Amino acid sequence: MPNVFATVGTTSFDALIRRLDSPELHKILCDQLGYHGLVMQIGRGDYEPVAHTARDYPLEGRFSVSYYRFKPSLAADIAAAGLVISHAGAGSVLESLNAGKRLLVVVNDDLMHNHQTELAHRVARDGHLDTTVCVDLEDALKRLTPVSQLKPFPRGEPEKFAKFLDSVMGFGDGD
Amino acid sequence: MLLSLLTIAIIGFLLLRLLIVELQIFGYINNVFPKCAQLRTMIVAGSGGHTTEILRLVNSLSQYYSPRLYVIASSDAMSPEKIKISELNSNDFSIYSIPRSREVLQSYLTSVLTTVRSAAYCFPLVAWQKPDLVLCNGPGTCIPVCFAAFLYRLLLLKDCRIVFVESICRVNSLSLSGRILYYLADHVIVQWPELLDQFPRARYLGRIV
Repeated sequence: MPNVFATVGTTSFDALIRRLDSPELHKILCDQLGYHGLVMQIGRGDYEPVAHTARDYPLEGRFSVSYYRFKPSLAADIAAAGLVISHAGAGSVLESLNAGKRLLVVVNDDLMHNHQTELAHRVARDGHLDTTVCVDLEDALKRLTPVSQLKPFPRGEPEKFAKFLDSVMGFGDGD
Repeated sequence: MLLSLLTIAIIGFLLLRLLIVELQIFGYINNVFPKCAQLRTMIVAGSGGHTTEILRLVNSLSQYYSPRLYVIASSDAMSPEKIKISELNSNDFSIYSIPRSREVLQSYLTSVLTTVRSAAYCFPLVAWQKPDLVLCNGPGTCIPVCFAAFLYRLLLLKDCRIVFVESICRVNSLSLSGRILYYLADHVIVQWPELLDQFPRARYLGRIV
């Protein structure tokens, strides 16, 4: 079974990483959802995961946990994941959806101008992903929409933009 | 007397230019860019998801958009790598960094000061690189770049078009950058049709990223 990949993007989201750093949560991912590991991209966060290093870690040998701060591209980790747990940033959300991944978006209530939630909620309304907030993370994982019921996300078409730009910059046939 | 006449003439000229450019921008006068072989394209990579979105658009552009002049915020460590990956098979690009005009959570008042500081870098950069096209999708970093390009166009120093693509995050309202550039950019592209009711000048081209 594949991994779970959690990503906070270029900033920090300590509240999410703290929630993810819990043996109980790992048990849900492992025993209920059948994933065999968790990789966390923690960005600029102050909090570093420690739960898996404890001597009495209950999932020793069954569930692997690792984390890192940044990579130039998250594509490989997203590709290797069966479930992506992401902050609401457009980059991570779109990259995961475009990779056809099962996605749980965790909305950060601490951000002042939280327009990021607009996208996640709008796309959730169309049935492409699940959303939650930090405090409800465990419940949200227990009642994730089954993969078979998630709607595939249609591909974006940047070539439409290229065609429009050609037409207004003097290169197009204007149609 | 002579001085005040001169002042009136200058102000009159600027107002006339402003009127003409705004009429072009709002589509009352033809605004298609004069045809040329290659377009010096300045791309403002706004950091994080903004950079990912704009690179996806840049990748789809035809061969005319060359060279590509990327502008990034100096505190943005990730974008140079993303740009280099995206431009892997090209040597037709360069990257310039400017001080960020607004950090996440910064207040509007101090944002004005940091935007002025950022503009002090942008005016010489835009004058030096002379872009034909500025492509941006927010956040604040793009504002001083667009101001510079707009001003040079007003002064007839360099004709340039500004295209702003609102982030796909914006479902119900335009960003601060979008609301400012609604009056400066030649084309404002939104990615959800819901926004057209509030911003009729904007264009919806379908999902493009």
